[in-house]
Amino acid sequence: MLAIVAVTAFVLLNLPANTVARLRLAISSQFLPLFGLANVSRDVAGSTAELALSKRELIRQNELLRRENAQLKLIGIQANELAQENTRLSQLVGWQSKQPWRMKLARVVLRDPANWWRTVQIDLGSQHGIKPNMPVLTMEGLIGRVSAVGTYRSQVVLIGDPNCRVSALVENETRDQGVLGDASPLERDLVQLSYLSRTAVIKPGQRVVTSDLGGTFPHGIPIGTIVDSRQVEYGLSTEARVKLLAQLGSLEEVWVLIQ
Amino acid sequence: MNALNTFLILLAAFLVVFLQSAANGILGTQIDLLPALMIYATLTAGTATVAALALCGGLWFDSLSGNPLGLSVLPLLAIGYLVSLRRDLLLREQVFAQCVLGLAASFAAPAMSLMLMLSAGMKPLLGWGTLWQLIVMALVGCAATPMLFYLFGRLSSTFGYREETSPSFRPDREIRRGRN
Repeated sequence: MLAIVAVTAFVLLNLPANTVARLRLAISSQFLPLFGLANVSRDVAGSTAELALSKRELIRQNELLRRENAQLKLIGIQANELAQENTRLSQLVGWQSKQPWRMKLARVVLRDPANWWRTVQIDLGSQHGIKPNMPVLTMEGLIGRVSAVGTYRSQVVLIGDPNCRVSALVENETRDQGVLGDASPLERDLVQLSYLSRTAVIKPGQRVVTSDLGGTFPHGIPIGTIVDSRQVEYGLSTEARVKLLAQLGSLEEVWVLIQ
Repeated sequence: MNALNTFLILLAAFLVVFLQSAANGILGTQIDLLPALMIYATLTAGTATVAALALCGGLWFDSLSGNPLGLSVLPLLAIGYLVSLRRDLLLREQVFAQCVLGLAASFAAPAMSLMLMLSAGMKPLLGWGTLWQLIVMALVGCAATPMLFYLFGRLSSTFGYREETSPSFRPDREIRRGRN
């Protein structure tokens, strides 16, 4: 009996990638009823917490939101003006105008149960227009890309996972470019930025954003800030540590960028 | 009773995989209770249950993680096999024995998974932090194993048939009244 199971495991490990992907989705779809249950319980907990809020607190929050809304409206008007000006100037120069980002809100339903990968499952799938390699971000910044898509949910591989490489650009005078690689097993929010030029002028606090090299991530999505840097490979290149803007350990809602 | 025990073990594995994925982990570590469950299954159930738990538990775990599908089956199976070799000699009722077995299994299962991945040329996230994670997983497994024994003991006594008990009445000790 045990030998049969061992042989089955070896067969599964040697199946073609497409078959494995289908099997994986079929097996993980057994958890769909529990996803629904978890969502319902989370909603109930949220609505219960709202019921417990006092009227005074609600009025205070409402006032804060009203002010924030007014400020955002002003910023929106300014942004609209700038966008129109940008379009006019782009047309004058003959640049191709950029399409605005279209995004879909998703909820993180599960995290990777293994400690050596950084993936999460979200509650959007192919039925919602999700496709592999779509960038995923939060309000703070980039968190990863869609790696596998099921009908009703998808797997997102996060920055810091060995399977998620991001071409990044440091916002300094020399506009140095590198590749975001692995995180350390314990510090989720610190990732290595490798393959920077040896003459790169990297200083702590500089912003790191996506460069559109590689084609997966559009240019300019904030990623994080430089923590420190050092020369590696006998001074042939520079490596830096980047503190991510998004908190990968406490993801709840994320945006999928449908370009 | 055996079928009920197998069903309860598989149900627990299903819930454990879901809950450990839904939870945020302890001390920066995602815990794994499947090895502890495997210890319970090996010491209380038959080979079929051990095989079913290794296959189903491993596949459920891998389907939600970045592991290659089927990888977690092998460490669970190895633990089940090794423990079943000495099953008759293990003091399964003793909490200390349960703790030691849970500790060893919870350390060995992820370590074996990592070794399998490294030998297959994969590059999982590794570092000194991994050692810390393995220690936390082992300690959680150590604490969880006696709890699983207690919990399943209660469930079995609730849903299973009661053990046959011998009545206090003994015919050879009966006081016979009257004349023979």
